[in-house]
Amino acid sequence: MKTETRSEQFHPPSLIGNVLRKLHIDIPLFIGLLLISLLSFVILYSAGSQDMDVLMRQAARVGLAFLLMTALAHVDPYQFKRYSALLFSFGILLLIAVLILGQFGKGAQRWLDLGVFRFQPSEMIKITTPMMIAWYLAEHALPPKPKQLLIAGILIIIPTLLIAKQPDLGTALLVASSGAAVLFFAGLSWRFMLAICTILAGLTPILWHFMRPYQRDRVLTFLNPEADPLGRGYHIIQSKIAIGSGGIYGKGWLGSTQSELDFLPESSTDFIFAVFAEEFGLFGCVSLLTLYLLIISRCLYIASQAQDTYSRLLAGSLAFTFFVYVFVNIGMVIGVLPVVGVPLPLISYGGTSIVTLLAGFGILMSIHTHKKFLPHS
Amino acid sequence: MSRIYTIKNKLEESRLFLNRIIAAFVVMLLLTSGLIVRLVYLQIVGHEHYATLAKDNSIKIEPLVPTRGIIYDRHGKVLADNTQSFSLELIPEQIKDLDDTLQRLQKLLNISDEKIDQYQKQRKRQKRFVSTPLLISMTDEEIAKFAVVRPYFPGVDIQTRLVRHYPYAELASHVVGYVARINETEMKSLPVAEYRGSTHVGKIGIESTYETELHGKTGYAEIETNVQARAINTVNSVPPVPGENLYLTLDIDLQKTAYDTLGDYNGAIVAIEVKTGGVLVFASRPGFDPNPFVIGIANDAYQALQSSENQPLYNRALRGLYPPGSTAKPFVALAGLEYNAISPEHKIFCPGYYQLPNVSHHYRDWKKGGHGSVNMSEAITQSCDVYFYSLASTLGIDRMHSFLQHFGFGEKSGIDLVGEKQGLLPSREWKRNQRNQSWYPGETLITGIGQGFLQVTPIQLARATATLANKGKVVSPFLVRHTPDPDATAPVIENLELNPENINTITAAMVNVIHDAHGTAKSIGKNISYQIAGKTGTAQVFNIKQDAKYNENDIDFKLRDHALFISFAPADDPKIAVAVVVENGGHGGSVAAPMAGQVIKQYLEGNNEN
Repeated sequence: MKTETRSEQFHPPSLIGNVLRKLHIDIPLFIGLLLISLLSFVILYSAGSQDMDVLMRQAARVGLAFLLMTALAHVDPYQFKRYSALLFSFGILLLIAVLILGQFGKGAQRWLDLGVFRFQPSEMIKITTPMMIAWYLAEHALPPKPKQLLIAGILIIIPTLLIAKQPDLGTALLVASSGAAVLFFAGLSWRFMLAICTILAGLTPILWHFMRPYQRDRVLTFLNPEADPLGRGYHIIQSKIAIGSGGIYGKGWLGSTQSELDFLPESSTDFIFAVFAEEFGLFGCVSLLTLYLLIISRCLYIASQAQDTYSRLLAGSLAFTFFVYVFVNIGMVIGVLPVVGVPLPLISYGGTSIVTLLAGFGILMSIHTHKKFLPHS
Repeated sequence: MSRIYTIKNKLEESRLFLNRIIAAFVVMLLLTSGLIVRLVYLQIVGHEHYATLAKDNSIKIEPLVPTRGIIYDRHGKVLADNTQSFSLELIPEQIKDLDDTLQRLQKLLNISDEKIDQYQKQRKRQKRFVSTPLLISMTDEEIAKFAVVRPYFPGVDIQTRLVRHYPYAELASHVVGYVARINETEMKSLPVAEYRGSTHVGKIGIESTYETELHGKTGYAEIETNVQARAINTVNSVPPVPGENLYLTLDIDLQKTAYDTLGDYNGAIVAIEVKTGGVLVFASRPGFDPNPFVIGIANDAYQALQSSENQPLYNRALRGLYPPGSTAKPFVALAGLEYNAISPEHKIFCPGYYQLPNVSHHYRDWKKGGHGSVNMSEAITQSCDVYFYSLASTLGIDRMHSFLQHFGFGEKSGIDLVGEKQGLLPSREWKRNQRNQSWYPGETLITGIGQGFLQVTPIQLARATATLANKGKVVSPFLVRHTPDPDATAPVIENLELNPENINTITAAMVNVIHDAHGTAKSIGKNISYQIAGKTGTAQVFNIKQDAKYNENDIDFKLRDHALFISFAPADDPKIAVAVVVENGGHGGSVAAPMAGQVIKQYLEGNNEN
């Protein structure tokens, strides 16, 4: 409570400003997120065969997610820091529980059934991993020493492997990159990053050598889905047709033929960008990418204005992970990245990722609206 | 850490962090530009190409199913091939109300609920544009009935499909196996891309072991279609790679002889080519007709097979576990010689029973009055139990266990068929682990005559016999040759390095079983130009109480002893090894031996004619 009264002193008093400050909402970020969510309804209506039910369900989720974001924005960032390790450990325990329960349930290894609703621990880990790494590194002077790097590395690898085993490569990738982003912002030396990349590149042929032929086949199909034109490659081929046929200006809203005629699978979820590209063309695509970049820029700005190491690292990582989301999804839909199950953030149909994403933005808003003193400007 | 240092560090940190923020932003801008370049390439450069594909015509991808490999016997006779048949197929994408269509078809063609169910399961696995069969091998009547009303069933059509056919039906069912519709469990484990369009998968036998080879690689065609989904033009296609043809070592004519000679008995005959390990005969009777399984066996027919007392679905040659009885004796005798535990000339007196020191229990001989004084050769020829009780007692279970293990007792023969049973070669350790009991001396005795815990499968017995015939070079049985050349030989994996003299002693004794006046299988030694080495066996199905009278005729058929016989021929240069197990056959000499005799005769004399 004390912190709130303090920050109020430095803002010009106005009615709207007062209310917003009470809400702890960052206006530019909020507007960006609102725009994208509205856009999401527009595209979903078309991609989901103009089904109002789909829209209503999504609206309910988005509403809930916005509430959660606002709630988290109210929490003092110090509390996030304080509970980082606890939340992280709890998340890891849940992941292990899911793996063990999955052994009995056969197949469904991502969900934890809590009776009232089903909960996906890997979603929670997407946020708690950067929290944990940021907390750990903030305890020490930056840039991190080799010993801290090693421990941070292990802290990243544990949830990543647990999720990859589910198997959910998309989420594992996001968790790993959220952790790696913290290290990057903490000032991991360029030389070290180069070394890691070189070692990984050097290990690949060795690993390849020890793989059995069927494992190699799997890796190849993973890297080149078009080798499997009846399965995964089918999506890519159809998706490219949809995007390419959109041209510069697109076929107009509701004008998508590929998804209408059911050629494009998963048109509401992971491949929704293809529908968007078909209907709104290159202009639409560039606009959407710009909107995403604007949101990310605001997040990076918030990170740069944050006042303690923990907040900075966490904010930077959340911003970076959001970008990875966008890049991996669009990259796979336009056929430059392998197909891993990553949705287009804030636009794809489905609740879990939206809730987590907006929770992340809630933390960013909390960081920005709970400053203890003004920056030197 | 001092306060000043911390503050300095904080300033440093801030600067570093800001640099990183800028670097991250630059990286993101670069990567986003990459995405935009790709979008420009797709939406401007490739626009016309993709627009044509998307406009009126759309690309569909259809799997091109490979033709399944054909299975031949060693002389090129077809054991499994693909025949053209008509099937009723549905393309869900082109059907407005699938449930209604299925209901109408069910009424029209009198299709069972099971088949509808099977179809539904299969359909869900496929893309909506893939044609999936509802009925396979339609009868002329069914075709005619449907042809009349065809216009009322858009999306339903009669297609020709290749259907697996097994010309020898029940004769080779336990070797070749069969293919049937892919079930839900298999759907999860099979590679999705390879099996798109495939409806069947090998379930048992060679069809299952060599599924990958037989299936081939699925190809695909990218087909341009118009709004009515009619194919206009194939844009691009990758042809399927047909499955490999397999050449078995099996001789189907010899298999028929073996199968027929089993007559009404349940049992198994396995014959192995001694020099190569190639399996010539792998008969398990009764067999079953695999063809109904291909088109989807009706539930009641399947239940009938399952509940039949004779268990036709049970592969006796591969999975049947039987005590080897006296057929184990040549191996035990050889162990005695190899361990120098006994000499061939040493005589043991057989009064008709054997007693362990200080134990009153009588271990009986099958011959009530006993065999008198017998040496090793006589003991094998007449199958004297007392001689082997004594030898087993001298050898002990540990040496017997380790020697018999070399001949493949208690381990899978490694034949290329799935589901083989391991059998059981007991040891002290096994008994301690499995039963938590120590080993009793009496158990050593009955192991010495092939009873007690000892259990073998017919293929194991044949393998052990072939290894003996091969003078200790271990034979690894196999069915698929991978080359059409029938004379291709397999490399020797392991040589047991047995003393040739000892092998000759055992072989000579086994020749006497057939060619000596006292031999237990002398009936088959007449009128042949070569010598057969063999050993009869009779395996007890149940135990006879001490002092109880044993009268074969009083015993219920199902409790009668199993008749066994192992043999190889010609004795001086073995070419074929045969193991016969006849369930409830009674005596090995009178029932099982003649069956082996017939197989050997046809193999050796038939070969001479060629």
